Amino acid sequence: MGRYVARRLLQMIPVFLGTVTIIFFMTRMLPGDPAAAMWGDKAADPAQLAAFKHQMGLDVSKWQQYLNYMGDLFTGDFGTTMGGRKVTDVIGEAFPVTIQLALLAFAFELVVGVAIGLFAGLRRGKAFDKSTLVLTLLLISIPVPVLGFIFQNVFAIQLGWVKPTVQAQHMTFDQLILPAVVLGSISLAYVARLTRTSIAENLKADYMRTAVAKGLPRRKVIGTHLLRNSMIPVVTFLGTDLGALMGGAIVTEGIFNVQGVGNALYHAIGRSEGATVSGFVVVLVLVFLFASLLVDLLYAVLDPRIRYA
Amino acid sequence: MPDMIEKTAPAGENAIPAQRGTAAEAKAEKPRSLGLDAWHDLRKRPVFVISAVLIVLLVLFAIAPSLFTSVDPRAGDLRNHYLTKPNYLHFFQGDWFGYDGQGRSIYARMIYGARASVVVGICVTAGVTVLGGLLGMIAGYYGGWVDTIVSRFTDMVFGIPLLLGALVILNAFQVRTVWSVVFALVVLGWTQMTRVMRGSVITVKQSDYVTAAKALGAGTGRIMFKHILPNAIAPVIVVATIALGGYIATEATLSFLGIGLQDPTISWGIDINSAQKVIRQAPFALFFPAGMLSVTVLAFIMLGDAVRDALDPKLR
Repeated sequence: MGRYVARRLLQMIPVFLGTVTIIFFMTRMLPGDPAAAMWGDKAADPAQLAAFKHQMGLDVSKWQQYLNYMGDLFTGDFGTTMGGRKVTDVIGEAFPVTIQLALLAFAFELVVGVAIGLFAGLRRGKAFDKSTLVLTLLLISIPVPVLGFIFQNVFAIQLGWVKPTVQAQHMTFDQLILPAVVLGSISLAYVARLTRTSIAENLKADYMRTAVAKGLPRRKVIGTHLLRNSMIPVVTFLGTDLGALMGGAIVTEGIFNVQGVGNALYHAIGRSEGATVSGFVVVLVLVFLFASLLVDLLYAVLDPRIRYA
Repeated sequence: MPDMIEKTAPAGENAIPAQRGTAAEAKAEKPRSLGLDAWHDLRKRPVFVISAVLIVLLVLFAIAPSLFTSVDPRAGDLRNHYLTKPNYLHFFQGDWFGYDGQGRSIYARMIYGARASVVVGICVTAGVTVLGGLLGMIAGYYGGWVDTIVSRFTDMVFGIPLLLGALVILNAFQVRTVWSVVFALVVLGWTQMTRVMRGSVITVKQSDYVTAAKALGAGTGRIMFKHILPNAIAPVIVVATIALGGYIATEATLSFLGIGLQDPTISWGIDINSAQKVIRQAPFALFFPAGMLSVTVLAFIMLGDAVRDALDPKLR
């Protein structure tokens, strides 16, 4: 187990470095001069521009910039935005908001998705199962912007149950419920479908017959034996999804005015802020890599037959 | 997760020769190839028939939109304001579904918007299948250090979120056409295909007929394309069909964000974006492009489901 984790962590290093390299050059290839853009429509004074570029470290070759960036990265210095803010501050401001939103969405898709999948799987072929299949398919095919506007219009504007947008300065937890539902609903459909298939398949397993035959109460048969064994494909999906949710939902955060990672990234890309974009991606790649490690370790917890030597 | 993908792909692969076996046993009637067998299976599925009809209709919209409407989708007449209520009895007329904020016919734009979506969906899928499939085949066939390099590079690109990466790439284009969107999505999207293909090739490579071909002195190219490819392609086709709907949704999302297609091109994503400003006065301006987009994505997902069931009975 310990050796397995160590090996996985070592394997992460080249992947991490590679992804950061790719994103560095992708963001630095953006056209337009972000330094000159600081002067707006006015032409910048050449001397001032040169001084500013020197201050930002933009007056050396791209390769030198890359080496400087990577060197700084390992000392925890993510660089500064064109406006002079530390990128770590921008990240530190946006991530807590996105983490709250992501966890809420994650909890929603996990609890509701597994519950729906469980009931549908247990009653395979019945009305509830069939309507679940149809409804989840519909949910998957509705693109996020559309779903966001429908939910905002129905639940916030027409029914008035929640606020239509999140207040940037005074964000409260209940304002995040609607965006979280929108964010989680497509994954919810996948979770429900995966759980349903898995449950329906495992119902026929030998250990289920044994559990019923030895007289265990139904709750226990379903809770400990069936559900636990059926969770492996679901956990695989949820692990990748958690990584994706942390990446911030650019569309959902835009619709509901959530000041999280997605919003920050969207504006940074629009302003060609290379340092900010790659700073966020560094954190995201780390989250993504650790989420996939966590998933693999969870397999062993769910199914004791899987062992990591 | 890569382990899971590799595990499910071989499982499906094993099922296919078995299915072929039963088809071969019924040789007395008529020998069927895997493709033909899948086709016979597909024709009987209502899901496939419904999605195929929808897709044929969409492709027709994309090829010849003027067959369905005589109204110019770009002609904005401000007398036809979005507050003019749609006239739902004026079938196929300009005001059937009302007008958008600039007085353009929503119905005409709905029909003309199909082209961008269909082209992006098909071209991106073809691009990632060829690029990813080729890389996956090389990695799976040669193994060793070639495999290590390709697999690690795949992991690196896989770590970049699709939407985010596409935003960064597309931001570099001053003028964005359908082809820039296709380019961005292919550059970022091939990783999934590489992983599926690699896993599939690794299982097929060990089959007896590959050893036999080698013993007979077949060249690398012949083994790869004549012997391995036809037997390893099924899981790739399945993943590609399901992904197609996703690419269409991604294009619409990018256009919605204003970093996808640009105005002379008609895209449902752009129309959804402009409709959100008038959503309270004219919900129909959002409803029709959004509905069309959802139906399109739904049709391709349903097609993917049906193809998966026909080609890969184990994955059901």
